[in-house]
Amino acid sequence: MPMKIALTGNYAVAYAVKLAKPQVIAAYPITPQTPVVEKLSEFVESGELKAQMIRVESEHSALAACLGAALAGARVFTATSSQGLLYMHEIIHWASRVRAPMVMAVVSRTINAPWNIWPDHSDFLDQRDAGWVMAYAMDNQEAFDLTLQAFKISEDPEVYLPVMVGLEGFVLGHTAMPVEIPDEKDVDAWLGERRQPYVVDGSEPIGVGGLTWPEDTEDMFYGIQQAMERAKSAIKRVDAEYGKLFGRSYGGLIQCYRCEDAKYIAVSMGAWSGELMESVNMLRDEGYPIGVARIRFYRPFPHEDLWEVARSARAVFVFDRAISFGSWGQIYADLVAGLLLHTNKLPPVMDIVTGIAGVHVSAEDFYAMIKKLIEKVESGHNIGYFEWVRVRR
Amino acid sequence: MSAPQTQRPLPPLPAKARGIVLPGDTSCPGCPIPIAFKVLASVFGDKMILVIPACCTSVILGTYPGQSLKAGVIHVPFASAAAVASGVAAALKMRGIEDVQVIAWAGDGGTADIGMATLSGAAERNEDIIYIMYDNEAYMNTGIQRSSATPQGAWTTTTPVLGKLEPKKDVAKIMIAHGVPYVATASIAYPHDFYQKLMKAKSIKGFRFIHLHAPCPPGWRFDPMYTVRIARLAVETGLWILYEYHNGKLMLSPPSQPYLDPSKRKPIEEYLKLQGRFRKITPELIKAIQQHVESNWEWIKKMMS
Amino acid sequence: MVKVVPPVDNAKVPLTKPVEGVGGKTGLWRTMYKPVVDSSKCTKCFLCEIYCPGVCIVVDPVKGATINYDYCKGCGLCTDVCPVKAISMVPEE
Repeated sequence: MPMKIALTGNYAVAYAVKLAKPQVIAAYPITPQTPVVEKLSEFVESGELKAQMIRVESEHSALAACLGAALAGARVFTATSSQGLLYMHEIIHWASRVRAPMVMAVVSRTINAPWNIWPDHSDFLDQRDAGWVMAYAMDNQEAFDLTLQAFKISEDPEVYLPVMVGLEGFVLGHTAMPVEIPDEKDVDAWLGERRQPYVVDGSEPIGVGGLTWPEDTEDMFYGIQQAMERAKSAIKRVDAEYGKLFGRSYGGLIQCYRCEDAKYIAVSMGAWSGELMESVNMLRDEGYPIGVARIRFYRPFPHEDLWEVARSARAVFVFDRAISFGSWGQIYADLVAGLLLHTNKLPPVMDIVTGIAGVHVSAEDFYAMIKKLIEKVESGHNIGYFEWVRVRR
Repeated sequence: MSAPQTQRPLPPLPAKARGIVLPGDTSCPGCPIPIAFKVLASVFGDKMILVIPACCTSVILGTYPGQSLKAGVIHVPFASAAAVASGVAAALKMRGIEDVQVIAWAGDGGTADIGMATLSGAAERNEDIIYIMYDNEAYMNTGIQRSSATPQGAWTTTTPVLGKLEPKKDVAKIMIAHGVPYVATASIAYPHDFYQKLMKAKSIKGFRFIHLHAPCPPGWRFDPMYTVRIARLAVETGLWILYEYHNGKLMLSPPSQPYLDPSKRKPIEEYLKLQGRFRKITPELIKAIQQHVESNWEWIKKMMS
Repeated sequence: MVKVVPPVDNAKVPLTKPVEGVGGKTGLWRTMYKPVVDSSKCTKCFLCEIYCPGVCIVVDPVKGATINYDYCKGCGLCTDVCPVKAISMVPEE
């Protein structure tokens, strides 16, 4: 029977992982991710989860151990944050390039220095070119659902790529919310046994990742891009079947909130989308026709879905919680490039970089920023394309 | 008359390696690596998975879609071999596969330098793997740069004028300090000794470390026909000591036993003079190396008692 | 517990399989000399097969050592390890 319990985002991830029954987990402590693997260690040591828990000496080794186990036929999981994610970076690329299905939770925390444990999206978005399917949750229930779905997507022969599930540390990670947990038998039946494109377990003398000439290597990378394209439909399919079985469907790569008749679209990702939606309600009450397109999957980038939402908009406001110094927010860059695949007459698209390094952005902050922008557009003023808004200063 | 020779059973080394280690790889002439592979194959056949970080072996196994080894191979980033091998072993254990040996096969750079933390972690966790450090005493694949396992006095492309001034890092000792079940040194000049050590390692569970001395003709600047001769001289001069460490005891291996007696050792100059990398070595450095040899043997004696 | 299913598009993945001559006919690397066995001297001790870095020598307990010139790189190591000097380097024809 499904049950509903109060769980922090970190524990929600751990409970989802437990249901996915990985055989090998490897992890290294880092704030704010630690409760994920602490809970999983508890599950393993109490015998509730039959898995090998490898308590490695670094994040680099955490993902390396997962890589080895995945290639040798095990379902695997790890979790990390910020500096730990950066330390893994080399193996992150390696894992996708050998097409090793695996799942990692990224409990976001800003990239340091200075020492700072509060969340933005800088760590997660830093991995954008690595060939991983990248999902980001808005609340604890979604963190749970995405984690479970990540295993299904990763091991889909249409995809065969590692999947990263992001959630903000503390904001979700350490905050308890009610989470519905499906029945184990139903999950078993739906998720099925592990699938992967090949296995190195001594049954066959094969090698993986050896020296390869440029043409063959390019073909392999081209295959990753093709898999990313197919992942779009796989994600939607998984979301739909999950919804049918467990009662929660999110609409695929993006979630649209009050977009149907919207003339203005705010684009966001992650937990603060909740505050953004609250501000949209406030603005709607005042008659402003605005909706939210929330990115659930950042890779593959959902440009088709975003175009459908943005095609008739008077303006699009992108809220980026990370910045590529010297340019602008990563989501903005992807969105503009993506929309240009569909039209050469873009509506005004404005990038608002804010909430950096864990600065809290409230519904009132969003309300004030958006209202100012809409009024500018309505009065025929140019809104520009980029602003870094340091709220309340 | 003796019995007809056809009835003599073929020795597993080399017969069991036939068809496992294949000719036509891209190693340099005289390369010690295929020699070592034949010993591995004689012990494990194709029931082994080699986890190989960046090193000469990444290249010499050949290019996609082929490889010169009939065994499982996982190529991995430089610092990760012991961790990837840990993961492979964990997966095999969970899947109930018991007849396949997971072997991390790494060079001295990938072990003594960039892979040291990973190695130490896997050793401390007592992962069920065999880790073999094949030691050609420099970064040969990238063009003979100094590693911490380069011996004192050796020319490399990053110690081009003075040679390396510091003594070689002794990784086997570091592994003994970890308290792992099995540590051994070996040499490609003594394949039967190496074979015995692998057989012993095979019979033990947990983390096993073998430090394999492997002279490199282009890197050490000697004629490729002398790979084995030079490896043997390293033992005969007492520079490279073959031993096993198991159950808290150090046992000197047969090829090194005579050299417990210093008078039996050949002068180290015999080893040095065959190699171009020591061409410009100073008498002071030779003295320092000699002292290093003496103190190593003192340590061996202490550990044996 | 694990099912191997190829990618739907049979995408190229970085997998390698054992093959003889992965580096081509490495016998072409030989420049001036090749090793030749004097079978009358050969004691079938297997040392040349054990040591040959090119994996090019097979010792038959009756016929002795045979060298695979397709792949022999000509390093000459076999001549140095042969305890009875049954192998020597001779100029290529």
